[in-house]
Amino acid sequence: MSASTEEYLEALYTLTQDNKTATTSKISKRLNITPASVTEMLRKLADGGYVNYSRYQGVTLTAKGYEMAEKMTRKHRLLERFLHDVLKIGNDRVHKEACEMEHALSDTTERAICQTLKSPYKCPDDKKVIPACNLGFSSCEECKQWGDGLEKVGPRKTNVVSLAALKEKQEAKIAFIRGDNKALRRLLDMGLTPGTKVTISRVAPLKGPVEIAVRGSHLALGEKIACNVFVEKPINAGGGG
Amino acid sequence: MKEGRHRHRRGHQNGRRLTIALAGNANVGKSVIFNQLTGSQQIIGNWPGKTVERAEGSLHIDGYDITIVDLPGIYSLSTYSMEELVTREYIAHEKPDVIINVVGAAVLERNLFFTLQLIEMEVPLVICLNQMDIAEDKGITIDSQKLQEILGRSVVTTVASTGKGIRELIEKAIGVVGRPVQRQPVAFRNDIEEDTKELSGMIEAEQLQLEYASRWVAIKLLEGDPTIKKLVGSKSTSVIRAAETLSNRLEELHQEPGFVAVASERYALANQIVHDVQTQKTVKLSLSDRLDRLATHKVFGYIVSLGVIGLLLIWTFTIGTLLSNLFSKAFSFFQPVDPKLSGTLLSALWNGVFGGFVAGVTLVVPYVVPFYIMLAIMEDSGILTRVAFMTDSAMHQIGLHGKAIIPLILGLGCNVPAICSTRIMGTRRERLLAAFAITFAPCAARTIIIMGLVAAFVGIWWALALYVIDILLLVVVVKIAVKAVPGELTGLIMEMHSFKRPSLSVVTRQTWARTKSLITLVFPIYMAGTAIVQGVYALGWFGPVNKALSFLTVGWLRLPVVAGVLLIFGAVRKELILLMAVAIFGSNIAGSLTPVQLIVLALVGTIYPCLATVGVLTKEFGWKAAWAIIGANTAIAIVVGGVAARALALIFH
Ligand SMILES: Nc1nc2c(ncn2[C@@H]2O[C@H](COP(=O)(O)OP(=O)(O)OP(=O)(O)O)[C@@H](O)[C@H]2O)c(=O)[nH]1
Ligand SMILES: [Mg+2]
Repeated sequence: MSASTEEYLEALYTLTQDNKTATTSKISKRLNITPASVTEMLRKLADGGYVNYSRYQGVTLTAKGYEMAEKMTRKHRLLERFLHDVLKIGNDRVHKEACEMEHALSDTTERAICQTLKSPYKCPDDKKVIPACNLGFSSCEECKQWGDGLEKVGPRKTNVVSLAALKEKQEAKIAFIRGDNKALRRLLDMGLTPGTKVTISRVAPLKGPVEIAVRGSHLALGEKIACNVFVEKPINAGGGG
Repeated sequence: MKEGRHRHRRGHQNGRRLTIALAGNANVGKSVIFNQLTGSQQIIGNWPGKTVERAEGSLHIDGYDITIVDLPGIYSLSTYSMEELVTREYIAHEKPDVIINVVGAAVLERNLFFTLQLIEMEVPLVICLNQMDIAEDKGITIDSQKLQEILGRSVVTTVASTGKGIRELIEKAIGVVGRPVQRQPVAFRNDIEEDTKELSGMIEAEQLQLEYASRWVAIKLLEGDPTIKKLVGSKSTSVIRAAETLSNRLEELHQEPGFVAVASERYALANQIVHDVQTQKTVKLSLSDRLDRLATHKVFGYIVSLGVIGLLLIWTFTIGTLLSNLFSKAFSFFQPVDPKLSGTLLSALWNGVFGGFVAGVTLVVPYVVPFYIMLAIMEDSGILTRVAFMTDSAMHQIGLHGKAIIPLILGLGCNVPAICSTRIMGTRRERLLAAFAITFAPCAARTIIIMGLVAAFVGIWWALALYVIDILLLVVVVKIAVKAVPGELTGLIMEMHSFKRPSLSVVTRQTWARTKSLITLVFPIYMAGTAIVQGVYALGWFGPVNKALSFLTVGWLRLPVVAGVLLIFGAVRKELILLMAVAIFGSNIAGSLTPVQLIVLALVGTIYPCLATVGVLTKEFGWKAAWAIIGANTAIAIVVGGVAARALALIFH
């Protein structure tokens, strides 16, 4: 996969958040590429099975495309954090730097960065959520204790999104909780075991907490916690597929 | 249960001693039951985490002499939080004769997760299915007979707030005593059960003499509980080795850490039980749900939250002033409220005692009691968790999360219980920061100073300005402290319980309990305080103290020289600043102090901490942290006071 395809997928990942459909003009603006070339590239991506594209209905990601897009976005945002937190590169420059570097970032290095930074959950500008790792670990603790090779872990089987990305009334199943054991345990004790069905009952404005209904009780989870709780991607959320 | 208590008082000397502990999730009604049984006045309210320390009370019934223990609410017996650890140790080491597991019927599944853990511990257990009325309102019916069969433990249904079922509960609990401990477990349904059996078999065979039940130890080993691992490790390496093999296999098989696998299985079991015993009708949106929608609405939610805090302050303000004026008039006919600084020492002392009492009645009670009433209503309604929900993102701006607003609101009454309540925060760092913030919250005593000195003699707008300054100061100072204390903010995890109508009896009892402790604890201090001040004044000892402090009071703060003594007494109780000022200057304080001096005195008086706060800070955080907070407060009070004295001089000229 070429670097430019990856850039497209990343752009689509961002543009199709919140169930939106991306349009050629939006993509062209975002990547600073002429609409004609965008159209051509989208055709290619559609042929490869990464996007659903029709001229008048816009673009959405397929499951396969979403997975790739998320992976790239994760690498990009992790790199931003690394450049910012460790190498002290300014907020205005991390994005561009990360764009250049992400395509060469291996899973091994991605994992090492994630561990070094203690499973960060947000970009340095504190706006966007870093997607969950897709390396098939059941918890960050397991990842920490796992040896070097990643071959045996294999990729995660399901696509996941963070609770913070869901809308009111949406339902989803808990897949993975990122972070140290403490947070994980507290949430487990409150009933958020893997596979549990939760419903978003309310989302407070201004990056406030979300309230979920779980096992007949109601829990308020702050934004930080919500960003670290991942659920199996509900059918009608995110970029479709 | 009151009759029981009185009826058996006579014979209780020879009664059999029993200890019964109340354990369960937060906010299920443990303290209501405790109060019913013992006639005590534990704090009750509709938000999780009120009881922070175990409380004991006694009940004499049917010839038994029973100590009832109220434990903090917890969700699990892991060692994630202090409360959980303390409860676990309490159950294991102090071995109460019976544990009453209070269960919220409306949230059965989550509560059963904890019940199953108690059953694993093989403790003598009675299950109290409380809040049956709330469950009913939600369309939930529970077959308690069937639940009893499945769990193999007695189940009693109750409505604690009305006392329904409490008598039966205590009888059942007594009935359990002396019977052999039920060991019948609720079996897991898969390989975890086999592993558990295998391990517990080993533990029993080796006769390890552990204080805990072998099944429970086996489960904890599979979960990888560090405390239990160490305990067992010190006695038998073969068990530990077997446990490690089994838990590795478990992780391999379930593709998740041992504790996740076990928790999942336990919840699956709870879910199954709920499925078997509970039926759920759909009910239409209740009033409580509608209110909930309003209180967490994108726009109105904020208005409601601000309204709650504003109402508390304004209510205290207006009702307080009204009552204060009324009481002063009523008392004015006693006359001797004016200070007496000449005459014999004895008459000065007596005058002080009486003056202190009158001042307490006319200045303190009118403000504090209305506040307590309103607070109790809000606490019991469930609005506080909504305020926490709505203010979470705003609280993040100062580096805390939404839950911290609850202790802060309590702090508008008195900082001491508010600082104890910071235990609802997740980490020590958060508790510390929340406590620091609370030391700036305009508590009732501060309100009294602001009202008595500024609103009365300078103007209501200046009084309001002081509030605003106080809150701005809180924000700025906490923001700085957040930077200074290393560590990261954990997120908000809070259970939201449904709204309910506050119960009159809870509100009155709670108000009375708080007022009583105010009167018994604080009135003597007032009376002694004013008496001592007048006595010291009469003896002419004021001079040296004031002189020693004059560089600060006169030089820097530009206050009259007597302010030194005022501030010293203010450290004992904040209100004393006002009461002493009245004692020294007479009721028309403005005759002796300029408006600027009044404002500066009020400002300094509100910022520096009182002794009770110092005490509770030391108890909760150790002297180092406590003195850091106190030092910071005092320094800020002095700096702000001095600056204000100079800035205000420009305005008032
Ligand atoms: N309707 C109804 N309300 C109840 C019942 N029992 C308790 N409550 C209410 O539930 C709320 C919580 O009661 P508490 O006794 O303070 O709960 P707790 O278990 O001690 O809670 P923590 O100390 O926070 O762990 C209060 O508002 C009570 O008035 C009941 O049977 N029915
Ligand atoms: Mg309680």
